[in-house]
Amino acid sequence: MSKNIKLRKGLDINLAGKAEARLEVAPMAKSYAVSPLDYENVTPKLLVKVGDKVEAGSALFFDKNNPRILFTSPVSGEVSAINRGEKRKLLNIAITPDQEQVAKAIKVVDAAKAERSEIVEMLLESGLWTRIVERPFGVIANPDATPKAIFVSAFDSAPLAPDYNFMLKEEKAAIDAGMALLGRLTDGKVYLSARKGDEGFMADVKGVEYNTFEGKHPVGNVGVQIHHLNRIAKGDIVWTVNIQDVAIMGRLVLTGKLDMSKTIVVAGSEAENRCYKRIISGAAVESILGTVKENVRVISGNVLTGRTTAADGYISADANMLTLIPEGNVYELLGWAMPRFHRFSVSRAYFSWLCPKKQYKLDTNLNGGERPFVVTGLYENYLPMDVYVSYLLKACLVKDLDKMENLGLYEVLPEDLALCEFVDPSKIEMQQILRDGINLMIKES
Amino acid sequence: MGLRKFVDKIKPTFSEGGKLGFLHSTFEGFETFLFVPNTTTQRGAHIRDCNDIKRVMIVVVLALVPALLFGMYNIGYQKGIQEILPAFWFGFLKMLPMIIVSYVTGLAIEFAFAQKRKHEINEGFLVSGLLIPMVMPISVPLWIVALSTAFAVIIGKEVFGGTGMNVFNPALLARAFAFFAYTPKMSGETVWYATDANTDAITGATALEQLATNGEMQWSVMEAFIGRIPGSVGETSTAAILIGAAILLFTGVASWRIMLSVFVGGLAFGYLFDAVGMTEFPAYMHLLVGGFAFGAVFMATDPVTSAQTNCGKWIYGFMVGALAVIIRVINPAYPEGMMLSILFMNALAPLIDYFVVERNIARRKKLIKNVK
Repeated sequence: MSKNIKLRKGLDINLAGKAEARLEVAPMAKSYAVSPLDYENVTPKLLVKVGDKVEAGSALFFDKNNPRILFTSPVSGEVSAINRGEKRKLLNIAITPDQEQVAKAIKVVDAAKAERSEIVEMLLESGLWTRIVERPFGVIANPDATPKAIFVSAFDSAPLAPDYNFMLKEEKAAIDAGMALLGRLTDGKVYLSARKGDEGFMADVKGVEYNTFEGKHPVGNVGVQIHHLNRIAKGDIVWTVNIQDVAIMGRLVLTGKLDMSKTIVVAGSEAENRCYKRIISGAAVESILGTVKENVRVISGNVLTGRTTAADGYISADANMLTLIPEGNVYELLGWAMPRFHRFSVSRAYFSWLCPKKQYKLDTNLNGGERPFVVTGLYENYLPMDVYVSYLLKACLVKDLDKMENLGLYEVLPEDLALCEFVDPSKIEMQQILRDGINLMIKES
Repeated sequence: MGLRKFVDKIKPTFSEGGKLGFLHSTFEGFETFLFVPNTTTQRGAHIRDCNDIKRVMIVVVLALVPALLFGMYNIGYQKGIQEILPAFWFGFLKMLPMIIVSYVTGLAIEFAFAQKRKHEINEGFLVSGLLIPMVMPISVPLWIVALSTAFAVIIGKEVFGGTGMNVFNPALLARAFAFFAYTPKMSGETVWYATDANTDAITGATALEQLATNGEMQWSVMEAFIGRIPGSVGETSTAAILIGAAILLFTGVASWRIMLSVFVGGLAFGYLFDAVGMTEFPAYMHLLVGGFAFGAVFMATDPVTSAQTNCGKWIYGFMVGALAVIIRVINPAYPEGMMLSILFMNALAPLIDYFVVERNIARRKKLIKNVK
């Protein structure tokens, strides 16, 4: 039975720089990369060296914690560099693509007839397993576990986020096929949640428990949807998959080949050509954006949770968008005392409430210094969950595992607290504190 | 920007390793006061709301201004000056030294601690520093202001780790310290009038004391509401305090739950005592005289020392209002109950929150049973 769930809490930040509904095909990039840093808690062990020839779908490295989890190349070509940072930490593996793309032969199974283990093997071999996220903790799913349910969000409510209906309009068959695969991975249901009034073809997707949500960001966050559909209790495991990755999984079954192409959106006030782009996962940012102006931050993902990437870097595996916003590395004379009409605040100590329709060109300035927790009751307005944000964060800060568990650590991921972090006048790094807390919990359990 | 160039030029002197490096935090305090720093987000959300603690605190200061200005006028008025401007000017001159002493003492201690801890200066004292003189009688000697400010900042705040960690409202703690350590200077019939060499000392009980004794006072209800009655500098004018309350509520800086529930708690117990005939004190008058309104609007709503959960805020506020009236009516030793009731509830606030959070935990635990 499909439900409609209406959430009151949250915030839509009206940023300038929305993309047009226009699709361009980006040229083949000079370089593609796969990075273990796009995932949480992965200890990479290399399987290739510089100069090796790889095909699309060839394994590049695996996770030492779970050797079955392979990370594969999105394109065929030659390993051009293995980039390392401090303490020889693996940053990424860069691949120069061939003119003619070849995909590795992967044994494709029929979702309806195959054993569950065969489906798992296929996803592991293709590298698509890495796209399944496990909660609690937001790590790559454990292939030995069976989740109580799988959740897919059919929309993204973050600022400037792509319109999934536009992005996926050609992918209905692939999504159906992908959902059929996911349905075999769990004993429970596969939940698909769309935005009410903007359902597109999502209501017709087969093999899912379909629900609609309405409200402000973070209503599109799968974590929020889980909280309202089938909460995670201690001991539960649920998986989540981004719907574009569901389509890629489906495509593998339908075509028998790994095809890592995806549609992303280029948005933000500093982006010059704001539109949708067809790319192959892991492409060099330069191939998508061309040259980027000075003093612009390129974000792989949205402005609340994305990763900063360099103009000569790569788009991360989980990103469905590139956002370009101005850096805010300037001083502002007596800024805290000024009316600041050009800046946005949820507080009526400023004037954003006067013009709710206005689009804001926000920069990366922290807009203040970090302070201890002072205000109360604010954060809870931006997280539509039964979680006391400041109590959970304080438990993380003092490393009290019992309290972290009791206060809801299993139910949230850093992305769910991004809005709280945005509105916080104390400028506390909530996402990082929560991530550190989660990592501590993983280490101790 | 010439000023920015000047700040950049002297910055190395005050940075670590510079000649005046030991004043690092102090310099930074002034620098960030002048300029919002150029720090950009490094982790987490890339964009941030432009609200910060400086803005929050300045809004509270702004909200205090009507009560402060009226308080200054009232100092002169109580001294018998009828015209508005001369009365205000007289009060201004009396009040200014107290404000300066409170700020200088408090900020000096704050800066020293921030320096030692290598922290940034916290803005919290911008509010406390103004609240302290506003909750004192005007005749209190400056050395008592300084001493109680120092006590409040060191024992009330810094020993707990500074702003955000304190258990008790610093301004009220300052008042409580002065009240118990120097009782004759803080209560009685003469302290509410400015000392002045030219005129004879004026004496008179406050409205609260009169009401507590015989249920009547010499002023009309309107006079009490406007605030032309003796009392601590900031507390007398309910009208001016309500303007401040409007600012705090509109900007969302103070919790409407707390403010409302304090008034509800006070009224409820005021009526209760009135109904059972324990006092002649009319219930609504509790809200107009003494420090009730001032405490409800500016003290009980301090986010750090009040309850932090929404449910806890209702309980906390109600108890603050109720206890204040209970103390006023039942305990003849203290005609004013607001200060003690807020301080007492400050101590209990974490306990209230504990039970509210426990309920959240219980809901989560119940989930496990449902699954199994």
